[in-house]
Amino acid sequence: MGMTTAEKIFAAHLVDEPFAGTKVLKIDVVMCHEITTPIAIADLMARGKDRVFDTTKIKAVIDHVTPSKDTKTATQAKMLRDWARRHEIKDFFDIGANGVCHALFPEKGFIRPGNTVIMGDSHTCTHGAFGAFAAGVGTTDLEVGILKGVCAFREPKSIRINLNGTLPKGVYAKDAILLVIGHLGVNGATDRVIEFGGSVVADMTMESRMTLCNMAIEAGGTSGICMPDQVTVDYLWPFISDSFASKEEALASYSAWCSDPDAHYEQVIDLDLSDLTPLCTYGYKPDQVKSVTEMAGAPIDQVYLGSCTNGRLEDLRVAAAILKGNKLAPNVRGILSPATPQVYKDAAAEGLIEIFMEAGFCVTNPTCGACLGMSNGVLAEGEVCASTTNRNFMGRMGKGGMVHLLSPATAAASAIEGKLADPRKYL
Amino acid sequence: MKSFGGPALFLDRSDINTDEIIPAKYLTEITKEDLKPYLLEDLKLPGFDPKSEKTTGAGVVVTRANFGCGSSREHAPWVFEVNGINAVIAQSFARIFRQNMFNCGMAAIELSAEQIDQLFSFADVADAAIEIDIEKGSLTVSGGGRNEAMQFDISPFDQALVLAGGWVDYADKKY
Repeated sequence: MGMTTAEKIFAAHLVDEPFAGTKVLKIDVVMCHEITTPIAIADLMARGKDRVFDTTKIKAVIDHVTPSKDTKTATQAKMLRDWARRHEIKDFFDIGANGVCHALFPEKGFIRPGNTVIMGDSHTCTHGAFGAFAAGVGTTDLEVGILKGVCAFREPKSIRINLNGTLPKGVYAKDAILLVIGHLGVNGATDRVIEFGGSVVADMTMESRMTLCNMAIEAGGTSGICMPDQVTVDYLWPFISDSFASKEEALASYSAWCSDPDAHYEQVIDLDLSDLTPLCTYGYKPDQVKSVTEMAGAPIDQVYLGSCTNGRLEDLRVAAAILKGNKLAPNVRGILSPATPQVYKDAAAEGLIEIFMEAGFCVTNPTCGACLGMSNGVLAEGEVCASTTNRNFMGRMGKGGMVHLLSPATAAASAIEGKLADPRKYL
Repeated sequence: MKSFGGPALFLDRSDINTDEIIPAKYLTEITKEDLKPYLLEDLKLPGFDPKSEKTTGAGVVVTRANFGCGSSREHAPWVFEVNGINAVIAQSFARIFRQNMFNCGMAAIELSAEQIDQLFSFADVADAAIEIDIEKGSLTVSGGGRNEAMQFDISPFDQALVLAGGWVDYADKKY
């Protein structure tokens, strides 16, 4: 019987199986940010165990509220910063170099096919785009990860989702993942890995695959996973060219992590996307999905472009192409938060930032900020945001506020019209 | 062995998320105790009041499916812990929340939909309380002059975490 990617990664990283069904894995990358890590640091200090298992396998960034907005957030940032310096963690990203963790760390080439990755952040599943097993964990799992480099999991079964056909014009990875979440439901993949395949995924850039895997958790999934292929190798090449004689050799090596043709899946779902239209959420759960055609005209107060879901360069390109020569409708405000400094620089060099500013957008520094209602674009009670983020829980972006999750293209079209709008007429 | 349970708080909805358990704006607190006043602050349910004695005096939460979905914040178990709630009983949990509970030495007990319905038959009983025996995998619900016993499955690993007082102590000894 063949194995899935997740099964191969579990087998290769197994440290212990203390009880049937529980597997303790060696962790290749432990990621830290300033919201969930400081309490782990404080606990380690209180236990007299202020140590790290490996200074090169721990990556840290201040990203959720940055620059700090008050004394409390400044204290959290300081705790992470002091800890990173104390332990000489080389890959620590502070103001000026910091960005949204799940956009920044892939950009730095930290994730490789076959890796195990944990972080005290539920959207860690993003990194599965590289053919890795990447799971969000709580502070205690993170703490043990920092101290020992291990983490315990119930071995997840895999659900294979084949995205077949080709994406029509105006339809993107975000629409595809909203379709999948609508199909699975918010707990349809609990304790499961969602493995994405099919012609649509094969044609996708790494950025799009990250958008896809990013929202696996919104269906309850432990990790999203895409098979490593030529696209993966091309993306990683600047970081791996010293390790392999050629791209062919890298591809051959990474392909070993791909699921075997006779691997067993708990469920295989085939979805043909050739007739898919732009989608958005309408309620307070990410599986409450409708077509934008149906929702067109729904009122909005704010448009937000950014986050670990859709704050990358290709997202900004798509939105800017629609916004070019247009203005924000007078009833809405627009906020763009490029996900990383590199995205910001590249967008500026391509003239995209100018397009957003000419349209009337406020361009903020890279941060998670408004996505989780912590800073830089929090909603007032009763306000509605058309947002490229990942979670639409009641009050997520601010107490009493509502969020429609949608693609950067739909966000841009909605900004122009001042209400939810179909992007296809602008393309 | 620590005892689990106490006066029961019934939250009759599926998919209660971690933003409802503890809103993100309080994630800037850096001690667990500081979270105490904000328990379930944004949860909107008919008849539910986060500040009522029923809520603040609870020792165990009974709820429906997919409890604790959303963010990985361990602040969700912590806000229960500092309010004296050390067990949540649900039809199902989101994975990260469930693991966080056991990692903290707290209990996340899964029961069938029928058993959860039986527990909810106590929802309007003023003195409804639940006592949980983790080692035996059994619980007793009582109130209004009646009581009922139930069995539940708990994985041996989760049981070991509870007995060890959490994952840090367990892992530190073993790995």
